[in-house]
Formats: sequence, C-alpha cells, structure tokens
Amino acid sequence: MQLDLQTLTWLIPVPPLLAFFLIVLFTNRSKGLSHTVALLAIFASLALSWTVLFSVIVWPAFGKQVIASAVPWFPVGIAGLTETTAFQMGVLVDPLTAVMLFFVPLTCAMIFLYSVGYQNWGKPRDPRDVPGKPPHYGIEPLYSRFFAYLSLFAFGMLLLCVADNLLLLFIGWEIMGLCSYLLIGFWFAREYDDPKKITPRQAAVKAFMTTRIADVIMLLGVAYLYWETGTLNFREIFYAQDGALLKLLAETPSFVGGLAAAHLIGILLLVGTIGKSAQFPLHTWLPDAMEGPTPVSAMIHAAAMVSAGVYAMIRVFPLFDVPAALGGAGEHAARALGLAAEAAAGHGLSPAGATMATVGAFTALFAATIAVAQNDVKKVLAYSTVSQLGFMLAALGIGGYIAATFHLMTHAFFKALLFLGSGSIIHGVEHGLHHSHEKIDPQDMRFMGGLRTKMPITFWTFVIGGMALAGLPFVTAGFWSKDEILLDAWTHAPVVFYTLAAAALLTAFYTTRQILMVFFGRPRTEAAAHAHESHWTMTVPLVVLSVLAVTAGWLNIPSDFPVFGALAQSLGGDFFFKNIVGKSLLEKPEAIPFHPIPLATSIAVALGGIALGWLVYRNAYAKADSPDPLARLGGLYRWLQNKYYIDEFYDSAFVQPTLALARNVFPFIDRGIIDGLLHLIGRVSLGLGEIIKDYFDVPLVNRTLSDGSGELVKGAGRELRVIQTGRVQQYLVISMAIIMVVGAYVFLMAVR
Amino acid sequence: MTDIPLDWYLWLSAALFCIGVYGVLARKNAVAILMGVELMLNAVIVNLVAFWRYLTPTGSAGMVWALVVLAVAAAEAAVGLALIISIYRRRQSVVAEEVNMMKF
Repeated sequence: MQLDLQTLTWLIPVPPLLAFFLIVLFTNRSKGLSHTVALLAIFASLALSWTVLFSVIVWPAFGKQVIASAVPWFPVGIAGLTETTAFQMGVLVDPLTAVMLFFVPLTCAMIFLYSVGYQNWGKPRDPRDVPGKPPHYGIEPLYSRFFAYLSLFAFGMLLLCVADNLLLLFIGWEIMGLCSYLLIGFWFAREYDDPKKITPRQAAVKAFMTTRIADVIMLLGVAYLYWETGTLNFREIFYAQDGALLKLLAETPSFVGGLAAAHLIGILLLVGTIGKSAQFPLHTWLPDAMEGPTPVSAMIHAAAMVSAGVYAMIRVFPLFDVPAALGGAGEHAARALGLAAEAAAGHGLSPAGATMATVGAFTALFAATIAVAQNDVKKVLAYSTVSQLGFMLAALGIGGYIAATFHLMTHAFFKALLFLGSGSIIHGVEHGLHHSHEKIDPQDMRFMGGLRTKMPITFWTFVIGGMALAGLPFVTAGFWSKDEILLDAWTHAPVVFYTLAAAALLTAFYTTRQILMVFFGRPRTEAAAHAHESHWTMTVPLVVLSVLAVTAGWLNIPSDFPVFGALAQSLGGDFFFKNIVGKSLLEKPEAIPFHPIPLATSIAVALGGIALGWLVYRNAYAKADSPDPLARLGGLYRWLQNKYYIDEFYDSAFVQPTLALARNVFPFIDRGIIDGLLHLIGRVSLGLGEIIKDYFDVPLVNRTLSDGSGELVKGAGRELRVIQTGRVQQYLVISMAIIMVVGAYVFLMAVR
Repeated sequence: MTDIPLDWYLWLSAALFCIGVYGVLARKNAVAILMGVELMLNAVIVNLVAFWRYLTPTGSAGMVWALVVLAVAAAEAAVGLALIISIYRRRQSVVAEEVNMMKF
C-alpha cells in the first residue's frame, strides 16, 4: 500500500507533461485531438491526486507518517576535496501537500474544460483570423498550442506541489514562470490604437522580468539555506530530529548584522514570493498579465502561479516562526522595520515574520484601494487577487499558518470562479459586438450593465464568487477563511488587524460595485444588449467552482464558534481542516480562542462594504459615460485610477534610465569596443588567409602537388607512346633483348 | 654404337632455335613468321627429348612434355593460320607490318 501510493505520487505531475509533448510533437494539426489529450491528462492527474489524497487523509498518524520517496539526483561536493553526497530528489505528501492536491488539479481541470469553450471550439475557422491575434468569431488559430502551454503550466504546478525539496520546488516555479510568459503573450501580434496601453507582448516581458528579479534573490535564499544545512529537503529541515536543523539555523548568526540565518533565509525566500505572488513593490506585472486569454488569468491568479508563491511561504513557515535566539539583536531589527513590525515585536514575532506581515498587510490594503477605481472587469479582479494574497501573507507573517493555508484554498476556488466568470462576460459582450459593430472595449464595465437576464448562469455563479470574495457571513467560504485571518491578527498584531479590516471593507465594496456595474441596471450599449450565455464547457466549470466556493468554507469551522461550531461539532467536522493541516508542523498550532470582536468586525466590514457599494452604485451608471460617483473625491480618485502612478514611477526610475544608459553606452562599448574587436579579429584572419594563400596554397599545393602530378603523368604518356609502334616484330626484338640481358645476368651470377 | 654426346643435340637445338628467331624477326610474311615460331617450338622439343634420354631415361616427364608441346604447336598453328586467312580476306595482304590498326 505504502509503495503503491509512492508510485502514484510520483506519477501525479507526469500526464500533463506527456500531454505537452504529445500535442507539440504529434497532435498539433488536430485541434480536437489536442484538447482531448490535454483534458485526459489533467483529469488523470486529478484522479491520481485524489486517490493519494483520500488514501492518506484517513491515516490516524498522518503528519508523523507521510508519503516520502526520493532518488539520488546528482552528486554534490568536489571529488577529492570534500565529501561527496548524492542530492536527493523526491516527492512528499504531507498534510499541506494534501491540501494542494485537493484544489490545484481540480481548479486546473476546470480551467482546461473552460478553455475549450473560451477558445471557440466547434466554430469554423474565420478566414480573417491571424495566429497571434484574438479570433473574431471562429476558433482560435493557435488552439493546440494553447492547450500545450496550459498542460506544461499544470505540470509545473503539480511538480511544485509534490516536490520534497526547495530545488525541485524552484524548478516547478520556473517552469511556471516560463509558461506564464508564453501564455500572457499568447496573442503576441495584438496591437492597440492607444500607444500607452500595454500590449500582450510587453506584458509578457514585464511579467517575466519582474518575477525574474525576485527569483534571483530567492535562489540566493535557497543557496544560503543549503550552505547552512547541507540539505533542502523540507522534512529534514523542519521536521526530522525535532527540528534540530531549524534550531541550528535560528542560533547561527547571519552575515547581516543582528539577523539569525533562519530569518535572513526567510526574507530572501520571501522576496521570491513577493515577485511571484505580486506583492508590493513587485505587484505591477500581475494586472498587466490580464492581457493573456482569460483562462490564463484564472490559471495564473487562482490555481497556479500566485498560489505557488504563498504555498512556498507556507512550506518554509517554520523559518519565520522560530524566535530569534540571538537576544536583543533580532528585536532591534524588527523595530527598524516599521509600524507593524514594532507592534509585532512585542508579541514575539521574528523579524522575518514581521517583514512578511508588513508587506502582506500593506499590499492587502494598497491593492484594494486601487481595485476600487478600475473599470476593466479583469483588472478589478487582478488587484483583488494582489490584495487577497496580501491577506494570506499577512496571516502567515503573524503566525496564522492554518488561516493562510485555508484562505489559499478558498481563494483559489472563488477567484478561479470569478476569473472564469469574467471571461464568460467578456465572451458574451464580444458576441454582442458582432451584432452592434460598436468600437468599444469589451472588457470595460462601463459598457456593460443588465447582463443579469442575458447570462443567468454566469450571473449567479459570479455573484456567489463575488460574495465569497466579499466575505458574506456564514454561507460563503471567503467569510470563514477571512474571519480566521482576522482572528489571528486580532490576537497577535492589532495593527495588522486594523489594516486587514479596512482592506476587507474595500473588498466588499469594490466587489459589489463590479457586480452592480456588470449585471444590474439597463444595458448601456448595444453589445451588452445582445450578449448571450456561453457554451456549456464554460458554464459547467463555473457551476462546479461556485459549489466549492461555498462549501469549502465549512471545512474549518472553529469548535467554539457560536451556533455553527456546535453544529459542526455534532457532525464531527469542526476544525477538520486545521486538524489535518496542522500536522504538517512539528508543533501543532494552538487553536486561537474565539473572540467576538474580530467576528463582529468581519461581519460588519463584509455587510458594510456590500451595503455601501449598493448605496453608491445602485443608480450610478445610467449611461456609459456617466461619471463614477467616486470621481467626487477628485485628485485621490485619479491617483487610485492611475494605480498611484507606480508604473510611471518605475518607468522613469528604472526603465528610462536603463534605456538612456543603453543608448549612451551603445556607440562606445558596442560599436567601439566590441564591434571594433570583432572587426579586428575578422581583418586579421582575412589577412592571414591571404598570406597563406599566396605563399603556401597556390605555389605548393595547387601548382606542385595537384597540377604537378597531373602534368607528370601526362608528359610521361606523351614521351612513352612512341615505343607503342604496333609492330609485333619490334616488340619481339625488345623482348629478346631483355631476355638476353636478364639471361646473361643470371648466367654470370650462376658462374660466379 | 658409340654414343653421340649430349652437346651435339644441344647445339642442334640452339641452331634450330636461332633459325626460328631469325625467321620470326626478319620475315615480313605472316605465314613465314608462323613457320619461324614452329621451328622454335621444335628446337624446344629436341632439347626436351635429349635431356630426357641422357639425364632421366627412367622417368617419363620429358616424353610427356614433348607431346604437350607438339599439341600446343598444332593448336597454335591452326589458330595462327586461321587468323592469317581472316586478315588476308579483309585486307588482301599477309604482310605483318601492314596490320597496324591498333597503333595509336
């Protein structure tokens, strides 16, 4: 049994990789075959994952007992100088991985299914369509390629989930980085009339570059961790020998004054997550990543990449949790990190944890404020994702291991639902555009309205997702996970609590705004009036995800929660999630006692935000060009709408100076030194060749060897042909003479 | 009977051979050349028989070889005469020098 499960775990990431190669190498021509292969593969992964998951989850000692299997990968150390050991690569299924195995393949599979409809499967190829541009009405020209990329992406994510060490995790992480680049730039030929609007091509490069910066720093963290411990295996570092390695890390001072090695490694790894999960200040790529097709947005923002960032942090959570064992030095560093850190330091948070909480909480509020003023239906969701990821990191930073993991899962469900829903909306409006021929952006919410009756399934599922995001009390998953985070924050770090509460209020507000603008009122354009419901392959995933967006929250109802706690207890499901996931850690986290204030706050901000949104936006958009009610805020609104001008700031602070530097350096270094050197080498070689030709090749090789031997043979023939007289008697005379000479010679020799 | 020494036969053979060589080299008529060749072969036969009789009279190799040479000479004469007749039919001549089509 144990052995079988190990093999199954190894197999989990394999089918999508196979699908990728199959599609690229063989089924590229057939669109139907391509999506069949991709879908079969992801559903095979789903089946494998759930087989493993439901087998291990019933083990009584799950957590102490895990699925772990490793093979030697490559030797490390210098032969003859240091000890060489084999670096082990393997898979691990502990409770945390089990959670990932629950929602990652499921959301991926839903996204795959949805892509079939989204890329216009079943419609004829439109002759106007060009590869690299969004299709007008017919099937996507690069349909097979899309599924190949999606499969590779799924492979990266599943690999990351089952990896048992940081290096393998990092490999999965980078595969996803590549795929996100390819998928964001999927419509690479798309251009806009407005030169300031970012094209998919630019967005892809931006996403790739931004995350790359973070990844380099993360790799430093990985290397540093290996340097200190000699292993990258999660279980060995965080679990084996009662966490001896972790204690060692906490006691080792790092080369940055006052920080323990554990905390410096943690901060370095955190930078990787800041890039991948789009936290301030590296968040700018994620909203622009919306240039990709919508299933990609769902893949990046819900199921895979951004979750991976938070997952990695949850994985290495013990690094952030170990108290600074170096006395006052750590405390001092924590104080230097600002408001939240200062408040946190009093509660015994490590400097690394404080950093994470600060970044997370700030991003949560910061991104929520931007989301309020966006008009693009996907941009709102993008900023909301940035904000929700901030929630998770803030929770993790203050020690809310369970809360962060829980929110990661529920968020994956409802955010995937919202993105797929927005894709359905855009699809509907684009369909309407074929009737109306208006020149409008089909993603702009100002041109929508009244879609409630046109697209009922999309409407209801979107509302469910939106309410989960807003945290509508008691019924939605988002409420339970967010409440958990707020409770953690209230107990450990009040500053974080206030920040997150404000962010949650804004979340409810902008979600309500979005739903009202898209679905309510009258259609504000002809396109919206002609919108219609999407293909069943798009609506089925919406329904599945909307069920999960509600029910997933019930997995972790605290026992001491009023009414619901008792209800859950009677069903045996209280703290179900916590009891499972908590076992990933050496010391199971304590349940935080129930407190009415965070609960009241949680309910108040959710309902308050929804109500506020309803009041402000109920009748706000009568026509498409009505001013936004928030425009009355004046300058502040403009700041929000322009995302605090951070893109412009980065452009002038980093991009333009780099370009200017390049322009100035180019004539001197490139033209002068590098090209000069190359030309010099070229000229020297040319001259050398000329000399060799004149003094060696032509006289010696050509004239003497090749021509010479030919001439020799020809001359000899000319000279010798005179003896071929054709007279038999002459020949006989010659042969007689030769015989006589030879005979005389033999005779003389014999006589002597 | 007083023995005739071996030398005499050898001298006879050598003389015959030289006459044959002379005929081959000096005559222009192809038939005469062929006759010279026959003389040379006969000189060889005389040689063979003389050596057999004087040196190894108990063996039979000399006799056999003499017969082989006779057979070859007959075959050669037949083929040679046939060629000459064939050439004569085409070119109305049996002069060896005039048969020079293979010359460069």
